[in-house]
Amino acid sequence: MKKLVFSAAILAMTAGMAMADGHGRTIRMGTEGAYPPYNFINDDGEVDGFERVLGDELCARAGLTCEWVTNDWDSIIPNLTSGNYDTIIAGMSITDERDEVIDFTQDYIPPTPSVYVAMSDDADLMGGVIAAQANTIQSGYIAESGAVLLEFATPDETVAAVRNGEADAVFADADFLQDIVAEDADLMIVGDPVPLGGGVGMGLRETDGELRDMFNAAITSMKEDGTLNALLLEWFGDDIPLYE
Amino acid sequence: MFEFCADPSTLETAPWFACYLTNGVHMMFYRSFLTVLTLLAITAPVALAFGFVGAAASRSHIMPISWMGKLYTSMVRGVPDIAFFLFFVIALDQALEWVNHQIQCPDWDEPIRQGANFIVCQAAKIPLSSAPQWIHETYNYFIAVFTFSIVFGAFAANVLYGAMRAVPRPQLETAEAYGMTRRQTFWRILVPQMWVYALPGLSNLWMILIKATPLLFLLGVEDIVYWARELGGSRTSQFAYPHPDWRLWYFLALLVFYLGFTRVSEVVLTRITRRLNHGQATAGGDAQRKATA
Repeated sequence: MKKLVFSAAILAMTAGMAMADGHGRTIRMGTEGAYPPYNFINDDGEVDGFERVLGDELCARAGLTCEWVTNDWDSIIPNLTSGNYDTIIAGMSITDERDEVIDFTQDYIPPTPSVYVAMSDDADLMGGVIAAQANTIQSGYIAESGAVLLEFATPDETVAAVRNGEADAVFADADFLQDIVAEDADLMIVGDPVPLGGGVGMGLRETDGELRDMFNAAITSMKEDGTLNALLLEWFGDDIPLYE
Repeated sequence: MFEFCADPSTLETAPWFACYLTNGVHMMFYRSFLTVLTLLAITAPVALAFGFVGAAASRSHIMPISWMGKLYTSMVRGVPDIAFFLFFVIALDQALEWVNHQIQCPDWDEPIRQGANFIVCQAAKIPLSSAPQWIHETYNYFIAVFTFSIVFGAFAANVLYGAMRAVPRPQLETAEAYGMTRRQTFWRILVPQMWVYALPGLSNLWMILIKATPLLFLLGVEDIVYWARELGGSRTSQFAYPHPDWRLWYFLALLVFYLGFTRVSEVVLTRITRRLNHGQATAGGDAQRKATA
């Protein structure tokens, strides 16, 4: 009898601890901070952008305390799996390759096209030198397209490579390039948009099922009451595809 | 910073720059200079201490200690810096968390390693994930200092080992003839005289250490090179201070900083060399003696 009471007490304690593990902990949100308007460091040195607003709202709806952390894009997945932060919220497209290593929530940005940007209309997109950020779906696409792929660690460097003639064109998310093209008379969108990826979702460790469910529920509630669509329109303009 | 900075888009060139150069991100950029300087200020003496212990161990007459000293110097010197920084920091961090995990959560039944994932209980995280960001940054910073010290300590150990052997043999024999013990000879005769032989090698190391600080970014510390790249990148009007690609100017500023710092170091090191040569049986010491005579 005594033993039974004891093991029941242990069970209750560990169950309590498991609960505390899910709810009491601070969630560290990992982002890149170099990809406007998705996420960037603003002039005050704070993380800003669509994903900052979205992330704070999701945390509020899920009742979580969240803290923002920036990390290089190159090592953003290894640092998640080794536990430096708990989520990736960095404009990361959901792909099968990434899904083998980490888990994704449902998408919070619908699949959007990627575009080429060059200095002239007749840039050679199929055989020329194309700049793309390393470890992105865009760099994977260029590697298979037959063009010469020129990879950079940050998104800004890929655009700089076109401006200084190192690359014939840059290939990236349309939403990232549109703002840049709009303010630079030398740059233009060339060729046709390419639909890539399965939408953007939050990345989590495969063992963090409970946390994923909480974020999934929060994203669903934002989709249902229309706040997510309003945010998308605010940050990405009228061309962005919306949720039904 | 200034009151007139409320709406930067209406400003003339001069006040615009005054506001731009004092905004939040620039303050972080300036603070990163301090980060680098304090890193140097802490790492240099700690690395020297590591080097001294390594060199003294290599000279030891007790075989295992001598092996350990030699293993340290040759192993760390042989591994490329970047590989060492990437591997050692992750390994050290995980080792600390693993030990803490064994203490804090003895009845944890899940495996810590699950494929690529390294999962310890929340209470064993170093620092705790609920800790504010500055604690995480400070922790990373000291891991960086420790790693730099180990790497540069190994090089310093080799320099000091050579310097100890360069002290003229008759000096040590005289000490023994006076009846000094091995320990007394080491501390009273060998150590005071070896610095003048070690200084050229150590000053080299110092220069290399200054230039190695951009490796900090690999360790998750936001250093001056990170901020120069970050701030120099072109900005659209989404930001309060839009500008084209200014990385050239930012890196030019870093160039001036590094060159200036190297110059100051050279001046100081020349003085130290002159001071250490005083009264020594070296060419430099001899020249000083003749000049005063």
